[in-house]
Amino acid sequence: MKPAPFEYRRPGTLAEAVEALAGEPNAKVLAGGQSLVPLLSMRLAAPALLVDINEIPGLDTIEIEDGGVRVGALARHAAVLASDDVRRVQPLVPMALSHVAHATIRNRGTTVGSLVHADAAAEMPVVLTLLGGSLEVEGPAGRRTIPAAELFVGPLESSVGHDEVAVSAYFPGLAPGAGVAFEEIARRHGDYALVGAAALVEGESVRVGYLSVSDVPSVVDLTGVADADLGEAALAQLEPMDDIHATAAYRAQLVRVLTGRVVRSARDFAEGAR
Amino acid sequence: MSEELHDVRLTVNGTTHDVRVPARRLLSDALRHDLGLTGTHVGCEHGVCGACTILVDGAPMRSCLMFAVSAAGHEITTVEGLTNPDGSLGPVQQAFAECHGLQCGFCTPGFLTTITAGLRDNPCPTHEEARDMIAGNLCRCTGYQNIVKAVERAAEIAASGEETAS
Repeated sequence: MKPAPFEYRRPGTLAEAVEALAGEPNAKVLAGGQSLVPLLSMRLAAPALLVDINEIPGLDTIEIEDGGVRVGALARHAAVLASDDVRRVQPLVPMALSHVAHATIRNRGTTVGSLVHADAAAEMPVVLTLLGGSLEVEGPAGRRTIPAAELFVGPLESSVGHDEVAVSAYFPGLAPGAGVAFEEIARRHGDYALVGAAALVEGESVRVGYLSVSDVPSVVDLTGVADADLGEAALAQLEPMDDIHATAAYRAQLVRVLTGRVVRSARDFAEGAR
Repeated sequence: MSEELHDVRLTVNGTTHDVRVPARRLLSDALRHDLGLTGTHVGCEHGVCGACTILVDGAPMRSCLMFAVSAAGHEITTVEGLTNPDGSLGPVQQAFAECHGLQCGFCTPGFLTTITAGLRDNPCPTHEEARDMIAGNLCRCTGYQNIVKAVERAAEIAASGEETAS
């Protein structure tokens, strides 16, 4: 299990990173590498060039901006999880991050990297989608902002161009009186979830995002649905998939159970915040 | 095509080493094969088992999920660097010996590095915190009961060592 040969560049600035990517269509950006390196070692991916952004200064920032949280491309999961500012402004972020792999992986892996990796079994893509956040990327044409709704286009596929570097992600903050909750079912803590769910309750509005249910993060609107019907109403808008980890029927059952649970928890959260 | 090689200066357990490696050389392989530091063990090679865990600038990380070229400029600590300055066993190592925290020893280097950093951040873990500290490391023979005991014992040894020292 060794990666195939690749060319390696470690630029000192974002501009150099963009330039390096422009010269090679089969390039990948290396940030934390906690998802990318296994793919390389198993030779599921064999890019010709790796552009290591770890030494670019100023990308490891975690800032409060317009009432939300902006996380830089080199902010490690562990740093985001430990941030009191993040916990105060958008508690759903740390709730979900505590389920991202194990502490050792979170020490190296980056939150933005997890978004660009676009794994529908991962926690952060669902959180970004449910909250209506966005990703900021830099390419040869300059910077652009990709809304979460346009970011995740297929299994392990994001709409970030091959010549673009993700610079930061923006998670909108929690509105006063709103509530959030996150739960997932995995065989062991830290494993990929068989199904996970995140809820956002704002006044009458009830929305729930799911991971590991289909091949992209899915968000359903459950506003106005009676509590007893939440699971079935969610399933009417989802098509749980079959794979070696779980059958579609089992995933449907987990959706039924988790939907009610996260909506109740999010309502309790909102009550407690009042 | 001959593969491009990179000159990398690695700082491991306080000693600098100059190696010439291809970019694809995993840090775990550089430590074991290029530097001969075979204390770091390689189990699954995709970040699941935890045997290859080392400390990078003090934080536990998987050496099989990093490239040696990316480690330049960072302080690396392997299991070889966990002994006391006089060569005696460090507190976590001593606790593993006392509590029978190892049997075959394959997973042990990863546990020792992880717990060393864990106790530095949280010197008096509760039983639950001790279990959580090792949740990312797999052991297939000793079982976790004695390893959890070793975490708690290591905390005691470290605390008493500090008292003696002060």
